[in-house]
Amino acid sequence: MTVLERKPPPDRPRRRNAPRPANGNSHSRTLPSPKAYLLRHAEVLVSSLGRLWRNPVASLMTVAVIGIALALPAGLHLLLENARVLSGGWDGSTQVSLFLRRELPAAESKRLAAALLKRPEITETTLIPRAEALEEFRALSGFGGALDALDDNPLPDVIVVRPAATHATPKAVEKLVADLAVEPGVEHARLDMQWVKRLYALMEIVRRGVEVVALLLGLAVLLVVGNTIRLDIQNRRREIEVVKLIGATDAFIRRPFLYSGAWYGLLGGFTAWLLVSTALWATGGPVQQLALLYQSQFRLISADATTVPALLVGGALLGLLGSWLAVGRHLEAIEPN
Amino acid sequence: MIHFDRVHKHYPGGHEALKDASFRIEPGELVFLTGHSGAGKSTLLKLIALIERVSQGQLVVDGENLTSMRRNRIPYLRRRLGIIFQDHHLLYDRTVFDNVALPLVISGVSHQEISRRVRAALDKVGLLGKERLYPITLSGGEQQRVGIARAVVHKPVLLIADEPTGNLDPELAQEIMKLFLLFNQVGVTVLIATHALDLVRALGRRVLHLDHGRLDEAMVTTR
Repeated sequence: MTVLERKPPPDRPRRRNAPRPANGNSHSRTLPSPKAYLLRHAEVLVSSLGRLWRNPVASLMTVAVIGIALALPAGLHLLLENARVLSGGWDGSTQVSLFLRRELPAAESKRLAAALLKRPEITETTLIPRAEALEEFRALSGFGGALDALDDNPLPDVIVVRPAATHATPKAVEKLVADLAVEPGVEHARLDMQWVKRLYALMEIVRRGVEVVALLLGLAVLLVVGNTIRLDIQNRRREIEVVKLIGATDAFIRRPFLYSGAWYGLLGGFTAWLLVSTALWATGGPVQQLALLYQSQFRLISADATTVPALLVGGALLGLLGSWLAVGRHLEAIEPN
Repeated sequence: MIHFDRVHKHYPGGHEALKDASFRIEPGELVFLTGHSGAGKSTLLKLIALIERVSQGQLVVDGENLTSMRRNRIPYLRRRLGIIFQDHHLLYDRTVFDNVALPLVISGVSHQEISRRVRAALDKVGLLGKERLYPITLSGGEQQRVGIARAVVHKPVLLIADEPTGNLDPELAQEIMKLFLLFNQVGVTVLIATHALDLVRALGRRVLHLDHGRLDEAMVTTR
C-alpha cells in the first residue's frame, strides 16, 4: 500500500531511476518544437501521397469517382453562370411592344405613337413601320424566299414603348400594359420583360437543383473517401496494432489516413476541373456557332478564379472530413491484444 | 518499478486469469516469470503494458497507477517500456531499419538521431549491416533480435518479454538471454516470461512462478 500512497500526481510523470543513460525522448507530453512538428506533418503529407502512388489502380479509381462526383455540380454551376451572363444583357431593358391592327393606316400609327409619348408614364416610343420590320426580318431570319412567296406583308406596325423610370416597377408596368392593350388601334400589347423574368425564375429553380445535387454528391464524396479509408485501415490493421503497442498516440496513427483522405479529395477536385474544362472545350465551338446565329458575341466562360480553388479546396476538405469520419469510427476499435 | 497489489484479472465469460497477485520488482532487477501455458504469464505482462486492464486491485508501473490511467495517457506509458513478443510483431513491408526506428519516429526524434540510435541498437543485437533487408529474409533468431533492437532503441526503463526464446533452438535462446543480461547490466529493469526452465535455472535470478493464475515466488540460486 505504501507505494500507492507515495504515488505522484498523475499529471507529473516521474522518473524513479534518474541516473539512466542519456535519454532523448521525453516521457512527458511536451510538444515538439513548431519546426519539428511541421516537419513531421510534411513527412506524412509526402508519405501518404507515396502510398497512393504505390497503389495506382485503386487510387485512380477512387480519385476518378470523386472527380466525376465533383465535376457534375461544378459543370452545372458553370452552365448557370453562362446563362446568367447571357441573360444579363437584357436585364433592366423593360419595354412594351404594341402590335397594331394590320388594317391601321400608317398615318394613324404615327399619330398614335406621338399621342402615347404625351403620357407621363412613357419616356420613349419608337414606331417600327411594317415595311421596315419586313426588311429586317428578311435580312436576319433567312426566310427571305418564303416571304417572297406571300402576296402581302404579314407583319403589323409595331410601337416599342419604353416606360419612364418612375413607372418601372413591375406593378406600374403591368398597369401600363393593361392600359395600352385597350388603346384603340392596338391589337396586342406584350411586355418584353416577361420572358426574362420567367427565365430568371427558371434559373433560380435550376440553381436550387444544382445546390441539391452538389449537396448529394458532396455526401457521396464523403462516403467514397470514408469507405476507401476504412478499407485502408483494415488493410493496415496489424501495423496499427504494432505501433499502438510501441506507444503511438491516436493522433500519430490518425495522421496518415487524414492526409490520404485530403489527397484523394484534392486529386478528385483536380480531376473534376479537368473534366469540366474538357467539356467546355468540347462544347465551346458549337456554342459559338449558335451565338453567331443570334448575332451575339457570347463566349462560354470557363472555370474562373473562384471555381477552380473552390473545387480543389472543397475536394480536399471533403476528403479530409470523409477520412476523419472513417478514422473516428474504425481506429478506436483496433486495440492490440 | 512494478508493484502488483492484490491484482485480479478476469476475462468476460468468467475465466479468472490472475488471482490475488501481489509482488514488487525493484528498479534494475531481472526477473523471470514461469508457469505452464495458460497459467497467466501473458495476462500479467499485458496488464503491465496496459493491453489489458486490471479487474481488481492496484498496479503501479514506473510510478504511475495503471488502474486509473486514462486512455490518452497509455501511449506515453508504453514509450517507457520495451515490449518483446514471441512472434516478433514486426512489420514485414518495412526494412529492418524502419522497424527498429519505429519507436523513435513515434516520439518525434530527429533523423540524424534516429539513424545513430538504430545503428547502435542493431549493433548491440549483432545485426549491423542488415538494416536494408526485409524481416522476411531473416531467420527466426534474427527476426527476434530485430524485435529486441526495436524494444531497446528508445532506451526504455523496463523491458518485458513474452516467451522471447519460444521458437528458438537452445543455442540461439542462450544468445538472446545474454542480450537481456546485457541490458540489465546497464540498469534496465527486465521481466521475462518463459518456458525455458533450464535457462532460468542456469542464470540464477529471481523467479515468479504462476500456477493457474496464482503467484508462487521462488528464488532460484543454483548455478
